[in-house]
Amino acid sequence: MRWEVRITGLGGQGAITAGHILGRAAVIYDGKEAVVTEGYSPYITGGWSRADVVIADEPIDYPLVTKLDALLTMYQEGLDTNLKLVKPQGFIITEKTMVNAAGAGGLRVFEVPALLIADRLGKRILLNVVMLGALVGFLGVVSPDAVKRALADRFPKAAELNRRAFDAGFEVASRLLRGGEVSEELIGEGEAI
Amino acid sequence: MSEKLLKPGTYFMMGNMACVEAALIAGCRFFAGYPITPSSEIFERASLRFPQVGGVAVEMEDELGSMAAIIGASYAGAKAMTATSGPGFSLMMENIGLAFIMEAPVVVVNVQRAGPSTGIPTLVGQGDVMQARWGSHGDLETIAYCPSSVQEFFDLTIKAFNTAERFRTPVFVLADQVVGMMWERLRVPQYEEIEVVERERLSPDMLGSRPPFDYSQDFNPMPIVGTGCRVNVDSLTHDERGYPTTDHAVSERMLSHLLGKIRNHAHEIWRWEEQMMDDAEIAVIAYGSTARSALKAVKTARSRGIRVGLVKLLTIWPFPDELIEKISQKVNAIVVPEINYGQLIHPVKEHAKCPVVGVNWAPGSLIEPHVIVDALEVIAA
Repeated sequence: MRWEVRITGLGGQGAITAGHILGRAAVIYDGKEAVVTEGYSPYITGGWSRADVVIADEPIDYPLVTKLDALLTMYQEGLDTNLKLVKPQGFIITEKTMVNAAGAGGLRVFEVPALLIADRLGKRILLNVVMLGALVGFLGVVSPDAVKRALADRFPKAAELNRRAFDAGFEVASRLLRGGEVSEELIGEGEAI
Repeated sequence: MSEKLLKPGTYFMMGNMACVEAALIAGCRFFAGYPITPSSEIFERASLRFPQVGGVAVEMEDELGSMAAIIGASYAGAKAMTATSGPGFSLMMENIGLAFIMEAPVVVVNVQRAGPSTGIPTLVGQGDVMQARWGSHGDLETIAYCPSSVQEFFDLTIKAFNTAERFRTPVFVLADQVVGMMWERLRVPQYEEIEVVERERLSPDMLGSRPPFDYSQDFNPMPIVGTGCRVNVDSLTHDERGYPTTDHAVSERMLSHLLGKIRNHAHEIWRWEEQMMDDAEIAVIAYGSTARSALKAVKTARSRGIRVGLVKLLTIWPFPDELIEKISQKVNAIVVPEINYGQLIHPVKEHAKCPVVGVNWAPGSLIEPHVIVDALEVIAA
């Protein structure tokens, strides 16, 4: 099996970092094959950036994405420009407050309140980790333990906070997949920043 | 080996970074460069890693200076490298010829991007294939390896140093943007499984009994600066002592030696892999990241009943002429996909005994497999 994922956001949101973590988790801890390629507009902060992650059970021939099993986007144009790449049976994950997913044309869309969750955890920088947790939950290809270990490798000092952010995103995915709602209790205690 | 080298094990790493780790394991301790995408991560990581293992990474004023610096370091006894992309490769050409005639072992990594000129920063291309062969003036034999994965970028960088040291000549690793910037599995073998070739050095007491440049031999030990070998090393055509000459016979001997040491041992340099070739009626001959598209295309075409196989060239220079000739006698047609408008197809045509068709695509992206499949379907029909 081969899965193709695009994670896209604006420079600074951590889209490429999330892609690296996912690829590392698949290869190092789940024993799968993965290729991560990246792209970005000619800005450092504020322009678009993306990580493309191909994951497979066997060696990967063509290393780039062609038709997406999953599109994760944290900005509006990321949905609009990449929509055509998503397979009919694929799905889209959006950050709920940053993307209006109304135009997703019949594809499955999961809206994740990642910004709110990140704020409740005390750091908006956790946005991409919450989204990554949701992606891993919806995709069901890479194990959550593998991703948490890869996160801890990359950010050892923030391992605990990242674990909480990841778990929150993963739990959102679990609830939504069971047809449930994302309740206040799930989003977490505390004031939003 | 140093404890600071990348330890044996499995990593998830970018191609450009794997290249640096390979260079260090191969014993390279001098890097000179001028940064350019998509090779920049090589210099960036070299700046961090070379000092950690007692090496030096220095930023030069330009690419020509980078070549000059690594030739100097090579003559001072170091294994030396630089990294660039097409625009910088152009600027290095003069001193690549210098390394060739001076017989200085150096490794030049070119992570190709779309050209000509400064082209498209930073999208993929394979437009430097012929430049790697004929870019520097005069009669050269060059050596170029083409990786198609992070693992091959690692393996072939080590191979490039070994070949440079054995042949005392500049060796190219002709990567491309896709391979240089992709992240993928890297397995670092146990060090004892990794072959590392050390340079044969000339000692001063040998100079009494033999000239420093013995043109009757393919391989000569190298005089190292500061070891007491008082040897003239020149960019001009030189005799066995290293002194410039205009003598026709000496010129003939020198060039025969420089070209012959590579031509006579091309078998040692050739590396390739064949897949699904046993019953193939069509062969796809591909190199670099294009080989990944080609493999996908071959599998797709096979699923549609077309008997096609892949020959992935890891060495493109010296050109594996005997291989191509042999394959062309087994198949009815050869397809050569390239991210350029037709470069390696020319020596393929020169040596193939069957029709050769190019699949050319160079808008700054990797050839998509369906383009190769389309060509295969037309040929099969």
